[in-house]
Amino acid sequence: MSKLGTLGARLHRGEIGYDFVGKRKIWYGISILITITAILGLTVRGLNMGIEFQGGAVFTTTTKSQVSVTQAETFAQEASGHDAVVQKLGNGGLRIQIAGIDTDKSDAIKEKLATDLKMNPEKINADLVGPSWGDQIANKAWEGLAIFMVLVVIYLAIAFEWRMAIAALVALIHDITITVGIYALVGFEVTPGTVIGLLTILGYSLYDTVVVFDSLKEQTKGITKQTRWTYSDVADRSINSTLVRSINTTVVALLPVAGLLFIGGGVLGAGMLNDISLSLFVGLAAGAYSSIFIATPLVADLKEREPEMKALRKRVLAKRAQAAATGESLEPETSEPSYDDFEDATPAVVGPRNQPASRSRGRGRPSGKRR
Amino acid sequence: MAWPSTRSPGAGRPEREYEKVAAPKKGRNASAQSRPGRSLALILIAIAALTGGMFASGQTTPRLGIDLAGGTSITLTAQNEPGQPNAINKTNMDTAVDIMNRRVNGLGVSEAEVQTQGSDNIIVNIPRGTNSKQAREQVGTTAKLYFRPVLATDVSGGKASATPSPSASSSSSATTGDKATSSSSSSATPSASATTQGRVVSDALKAGSSPSASSTPSTSASASSSAAPSASAGTDPAAAKLQAQYATLDCTNKAVRAKAGTGAKSTDPTVACGQDKNSSGQWQKYILGPAEVAGTDVKKSGAVFDTQTGAGWKVTMDFTSGGSKKFAAITGKLAQNQPPQNQFAIVLDGQVVSDPSVAQSLSGSAEISGSFTQTEAQDLANMLNYGALPLTFHESSVTTVTAALGGEQLHAGLIAGAIGLALVIIYLVIYYRGLSIIAIASLGVSAILTYVLMALLGPAIGFALNLPAVCGAIVAIGITADSFIVFFERIRDEIREGRTLRPAVERAWPRARRTILVSDFVSFLAAAVLFIVTVGKVQGFAFTLGLTTVLDVVVVFFFTKPLMTILARKKFFAEGHSWSGLDPKRLGAKPPLRRTRRASAPVDTKEA
Repeated sequence: MSKLGTLGARLHRGEIGYDFVGKRKIWYGISILITITAILGLTVRGLNMGIEFQGGAVFTTTTKSQVSVTQAETFAQEASGHDAVVQKLGNGGLRIQIAGIDTDKSDAIKEKLATDLKMNPEKINADLVGPSWGDQIANKAWEGLAIFMVLVVIYLAIAFEWRMAIAALVALIHDITITVGIYALVGFEVTPGTVIGLLTILGYSLYDTVVVFDSLKEQTKGITKQTRWTYSDVADRSINSTLVRSINTTVVALLPVAGLLFIGGGVLGAGMLNDISLSLFVGLAAGAYSSIFIATPLVADLKEREPEMKALRKRVLAKRAQAAATGESLEPETSEPSYDDFEDATPAVVGPRNQPASRSRGRGRPSGKRR
Repeated sequence: MAWPSTRSPGAGRPEREYEKVAAPKKGRNASAQSRPGRSLALILIAIAALTGGMFASGQTTPRLGIDLAGGTSITLTAQNEPGQPNAINKTNMDTAVDIMNRRVNGLGVSEAEVQTQGSDNIIVNIPRGTNSKQAREQVGTTAKLYFRPVLATDVSGGKASATPSPSASSSSSATTGDKATSSSSSSATPSASATTQGRVVSDALKAGSSPSASSTPSTSASASSSAAPSASAGTDPAAAKLQAQYATLDCTNKAVRAKAGTGAKSTDPTVACGQDKNSSGQWQKYILGPAEVAGTDVKKSGAVFDTQTGAGWKVTMDFTSGGSKKFAAITGKLAQNQPPQNQFAIVLDGQVVSDPSVAQSLSGSAEISGSFTQTEAQDLANMLNYGALPLTFHESSVTTVTAALGGEQLHAGLIAGAIGLALVIIYLVIYYRGLSIIAIASLGVSAILTYVLMALLGPAIGFALNLPAVCGAIVAIGITADSFIVFFERIRDEIREGRTLRPAVERAWPRARRTILVSDFVSFLAAAVLFIVTVGKVQGFAFTLGLTTVLDVVVVFFFTKPLMTILARKKFFAEGHSWSGLDPKRLGAKPPLRRTRRASAPVDTKEA
């Protein structure tokens, strides 16, 4: 803890820090590369849509059966006249998937299977899905996604500003593309559970991004009133100062999901728990990455195009050049207290506490410079 | 969607309050002492009240969904009939739900629930222990409403002896089984008319506009001979078979009744059962001619109270132009017949729901009058409307979960939740040490609130905990814990800047609060959109996620923050004990930094 704690402290003070914004081109490149791979995977391999999206039946037995997987496959094929996929579950039961059968025929198949497997038909779980049901779920999910994106962009544009809204949206699309791409590349089965997981990423990915943006917004208030930092510098620092939180959040979010994944995959073998947690796991990781490496640098990029910020950058660079010209030694001396000032000054603008601002005024810095 | 408007004032208010309180530095401490206790008391009272309510209502566990409790869940999706593009609307869907409820509960499955979901789905949940196959058959078949002419009718079953006339007619129709289709059927019909006499009068159908209701006796009397030709059309083996079916049909037997006339085409004659509404719920059996008018020919039906003639409740029907012609043709034909062949049967799902007699040719609009009660009239009107529903339903998904698997899934979900919670707690303890007490207590409060609300929402709004909902709750552990992380990190940042704990907490709170509100709002927005837009399993998930997000805000505001304020006064935390998680040294608050601050402190006080 203490190591992380000190790391947190050093990140907080800006003593150490990764130049996220400065090296953004690298991360953009990586992201574009991943996205292209994901899209390629999607177009070339396509998604492995589960039975819920094709229509068909999934029969699950819970009790241990003496019938082997291959035998069960033969039984299922005889009973249905369609290809069947049989999996052995962690608890000794069988999961029999038959694609392309109609919902009305399933009862007969179920009974035939029950006799073949020597089981009570009431003891077999059946999940029968019409071919359009999966489409309906997927369509509704897309609809929800679209509505959510529009609302979130509006909300973020009001709560923050449109540049942040756009950056958040890009990050969101990025996360979803990566998750879907991984599903295509690895060939995980896509089920309604996956869709649920994917949709949850929406909230979570933005949740992360929003926290970083919140810090960014706070730290960049009154940025034009000073000449020491460009927008990108401040953006970088806000990422770094929330880095510990971002890591903690991601870890804390991933832990329960990992629990789900372990139980879903390890004990139940397959099913809803597993599907949801798998897509969540992938999506959360992508979300944490994108909020740090994509969203904020993107905001910085967009912001730096603003004339005000351009002017600021010019002033800052001029000042730095001047400082460099007058002497290297000047910089380290001033940097620490002034950094401290800046940290203190921000809440003065944000919040109700005017003491710090007045204090720094007392210290002799022309207050007009800041606000 | 009403959320933003309700929340923003809520979010704004504490801020302003805080400003007022915080601006004079000395006032802050005084008020901070009174406020946390109040908030804590408030939330504890709320928890106690909710828990008390939970025990009072007797619903101490959340209602479990089909996938956890076992049972069958059927999703039916409505489809427009061709040429009726806008048929899927709320009224039609509600009517369909009524009809399906009637069907499922006709099976004696009282716990089955039928509800609409989204705009075009109907979910039928049948708990375990009932014959799910039969229920599925009942629900899955497309309901069809037809108007069929009555060829013969009779009281069916043991109750028949209660009245003298039915017993006479039952013997006559049994013996005249062949005669019903032969030309001499006129001799059989008068005896049959005795049984339906009451209904003939009460269900007398007359034209909505025409005043000539009194013409009934003369037309029906002259028509006796013409009954024969129309009925004799079916003198062939099929008709004989039908007669045999009719003879053996026992409508008091539920299983037999359910099978009566199944598979009959609308163009063939069939047998059917119907319950007499007027006389003590007797079962009546019928031979019915081919369907002359389909339910889709009814444009609209309604129940009205006739104030003018004092006839009481009656059911009106409006036909489409095509239906109007057909209806005029058949009523014209029927009006010339002897009872019971002047009756037509309104057949819904193979069961006769009404068998009014016809006095004259009718067209356009018609009404059925009789000694209806209001509910009866409305039921019949609904059924007629249902026939008019240009909707067909098909099974989108059928999930049958045995009780064993349901229990196993619930078990797995709970274990997963416990593991997730344990991992989060371990992480928090390692990372935040003493502070984790606050986090764990808050998580506990959050968990209690979630559980109690879920239990209460079961009966209140029909919330059922299903597997995705359990997933949502587990995922929400992360969101809830994150609020504490945001808050704690802020406090630590303040301490790193050299503040002592109490001012650090008060300074950190407004900033953390905004972050928590903004990020929770985004999370809630996602849940709300998902809940409104999506269907099925996604909805359960979205609901839990939304609920826990709201609870997270409540818990952070009314529990975590006050508790933090109170604990900040405790020596253990205030002095930064190395196990408190707030040790300035461990956090790396730099001595030089603190020196500057101390140097500036006098300035501070002077100005204040």
